Amino acid sequence: MTASRLLTLGPLAFLAVFFLYPLVAILGRSFGGGALGLDPFQELLGDSYYLGRIWFTIWQATLSTLLTLVLGLPVAYLFARHEFPGKTILKALTTLPFIMPTIVVAMGFIALLGPQGIVNTALSDVFGSNAPQLRVTNTLTIIFLAHAFYNYSIVVRIVSAYWANLSPRFGESAAMLGAGRVRTFVHVTLPLLLPAVWSSAILVFVFSFTSFGVVLVLGGPQFATVEVAIYELTVKLFRLEVAGALAIIQLVFTYVFLFVYSRVQAQSAVPITLVASESVSRRRKSARDILLVVGIVAGLLVVLSPLLALIERAVSTSGGYSLTHFVSLFSNDSGSFFYLSPMRVVWNSVRFALASTAIAMLVGTSAAYVIVRPGRRSSILDALFMLPLVVSAVTLGFGFLVAFNRPPIDLRGSWLILVIAHSLIAYPFVIRTLLPVLRGMPPHLKESAAVLGASPFRVFIHIEIPIIARALLVGATFAFAVSMGEFGASLLLVRAEFTTIPVAIFRLLGQPGEANLGQALAMSTLLMAVVALGFVAIERFRYRDVGGF
Amino acid sequence: MPLLEVNRAFNSYGAVPVISDVTLNAERGELVCLLGPSGCGKTTLLRLIAGLETLDSGTISFDGANLHSVAPHSRGFGLMFQDLALFPHMNVYGNVGFGLRMQGLSSGAVRRRVDEMLELVDLVNYGDRKVHELSGGERQRVALARSLAPAPKLLMLDEPLASLDRVLREALQIQVRAILKEVGVTSIYVTHDKDEAFAIADTIVFMKRGSVVQAGPPETLFRAPATELVARSLGIRNIIAGTIVGASEDVEIATSVGTLTVGGPAPAEMSVGDEVLVLIDERQLFVEPIHDDPSADVIVLNGVVRERKFRGGEAEIHVTVGNDELVSIVSSADPRSDVKAGQDVCIVIPPKAITLLPTA
Repeated sequence: MTASRLLTLGPLAFLAVFFLYPLVAILGRSFGGGALGLDPFQELLGDSYYLGRIWFTIWQATLSTLLTLVLGLPVAYLFARHEFPGKTILKALTTLPFIMPTIVVAMGFIALLGPQGIVNTALSDVFGSNAPQLRVTNTLTIIFLAHAFYNYSIVVRIVSAYWANLSPRFGESAAMLGAGRVRTFVHVTLPLLLPAVWSSAILVFVFSFTSFGVVLVLGGPQFATVEVAIYELTVKLFRLEVAGALAIIQLVFTYVFLFVYSRVQAQSAVPITLVASESVSRRRKSARDILLVVGIVAGLLVVLSPLLALIERAVSTSGGYSLTHFVSLFSNDSGSFFYLSPMRVVWNSVRFALASTAIAMLVGTSAAYVIVRPGRRSSILDALFMLPLVVSAVTLGFGFLVAFNRPPIDLRGSWLILVIAHSLIAYPFVIRTLLPVLRGMPPHLKESAAVLGASPFRVFIHIEIPIIARALLVGATFAFAVSMGEFGASLLLVRAEFTTIPVAIFRLLGQPGEANLGQALAMSTLLMAVVALGFVAIERFRYRDVGGF
Repeated sequence: MPLLEVNRAFNSYGAVPVISDVTLNAERGELVCLLGPSGCGKTTLLRLIAGLETLDSGTISFDGANLHSVAPHSRGFGLMFQDLALFPHMNVYGNVGFGLRMQGLSSGAVRRRVDEMLELVDLVNYGDRKVHELSGGERQRVALARSLAPAPKLLMLDEPLASLDRVLREALQIQVRAILKEVGVTSIYVTHDKDEAFAIADTIVFMKRGSVVQAGPPETLFRAPATELVARSLGIRNIIAGTIVGASEDVEIATSVGTLTVGGPAPAEMSVGDEVLVLIDERQLFVEPIHDDPSADVIVLNGVVRERKFRGGEAEIHVTVGNDELVSIVSSADPRSDVKAGQDVCIVIPPKAITLLPTA
């Protein structure tokens, strides 16, 4: 077998064994019962509880999407059409929530709005009552807020990027033709932006639709989404057939939406004159600008308040600010939930993340090379390798449970099952960071080196590796952060001795007492710091404009 | 024996032939220009010689040795791409020294050679510059220095100046030719711009649809183009179709503007009844309001001035004759250039201004 064959077959085999096979296993579990072979589906669709879950999932996702758009579009406008000091940093900061692990976001909201959160503590101080003034945990409100917090950067990124490159000549032409500012926006700008708005809206919808950690932690039992219901059916009720049927229904929904998404994306490729964004934004140095910056910073503080609250709560105890909660992570208090010392949990997360990163890099890099190889199958391969990204984490974990619990592949009790699940979720990020760099590599670079006397191996060492090095680093950081924060699949797959940070936080939350909450806050802060550091590294190392050289 | 010999080369992309039956030679130290419209196979021919594409059939030999099984990095050739392909992760020094390091030279030797090359292209002290800090013309010269540094046995340049504006391009044409001649490297230079080819080439090879139409010194191609396409591509505008009606003593050609009589015997391959193209040098014909020197041995046609274009030192006069149009270029200081649109004029054509071209 040639090396190039191996390169192609390696990632495809990985995808087939660890992604397609679990999906098939879910199908096998759910179909085949009863006379029609559809018993689990009949049970599901005959049960008003599950129908209610599906209906709830749809409308909460719809409302979450609308709220996200309302919050995201004005920010998108500011970033697209205005130039102001600190724009780069502010823009990077807006992305911060999106890359945070769900468990960190949930903890952030608990720290901000929970019964012992900053807001309630402050209100108690003012009104002198000990009962929480603001009861938003276990309500729909906090789910909506968390979804908007999580996803609004999708809207900002996608829409502002499109908007920034949209030639202002369209609007100016409309103005010359007699349209006022409002009519210009309604009749010209908005229709032109619509593809970007739609694609971001569909993505937000899908993320809210399959939302798990936020809903599980913040919503409580009465607000279970389909994803939460699958988890409960699997872990608490052991109804694997019904869980599988529900997972399949959810998959069908997501695929339909993502199909629509890809169509919308294809439409937005309609050639509209796009120009370099520098020539588009307004550069005015005036009092209005300063006001704008102040406004944006204030808005950003609101947006980041859950994360800031998390830090504040993690260092506050009944006796004032101290590092007690962090220090407690180093002791193994037998009164706490853990069978494992907290440091052991951190070590678990780190080593699993390192192993997942290694696998994700191997699979992702070879897959990226397969995709960029010239040929018409490039887009099909790209879509194929992206599939794991659109399957929800709980479904993936569920698939692993039913697929790898018996020969030929029996991974029960092995930490490998967790690491493989993480790498499956992480490697698409590696592909996405590598592809633009591989595609953007000037075609003659390698040939130039060859003509200058470099053998293919030396071309790889001296030209290819240095050029993709930063993308590899970014991909690895992504993979590491994804693995560190992964919650849904881990919750289903993890055994007690392999507990990772997000799972430990969730378990701690289920335990009463200030010490447990404090440890959960401290761990969340640690996790947030790790991911934030990774994020800074990514922003630092990613190519400002790929292919610009 | 020529240094580079391309013999009956064929190459296709899928089922589409790109290079068909190309034979081409380059002597040691010669500067050959491949000229032709875009898509005519010039670049593919370069890539074949560099070894980046493979021949379907035919041979490419260098210094008598067939290159067939020699990998691109072992050929010892240089190739400068249109997009230059400067390595973005290296500075100027790293780029220029790359080929030398690949040869395994010591760092001292690399440094000396890079300095020498930077001096050659007039970029002394540019070694530490980042590639993206350079201006367009500087990048071109760095790429040239990089190609020349390993002392290639053959240097190929693929439209290296195409991305520059006209003024810079013309300045660099002169500089590039001077550098290539100073180094004495055998070069193949691809361009679609005839002025660039005239400025650079010892020999022009005119290509069309994957084949060589004509090869020779620039002046030969201009004076005796092989086909109408070559003539038009080299900027010859006065081209009139005609038929030979007399070849006994002087050649007589019937054209839409009248019968033209050209002194001297007809070229051997032409006889009465042949269709030919009459090429008239726009710098030798001229217009006059009245031609009153019947003794002179010239052809005189009547026409109407359509337009007079002022081109700085020269005036370009377009005259309608029947259904054709002839162009005359004269010094704008010449009183004969002083005509107006709509004016009736005589067009005076000295016989030596005429070249006959057999139609295909």
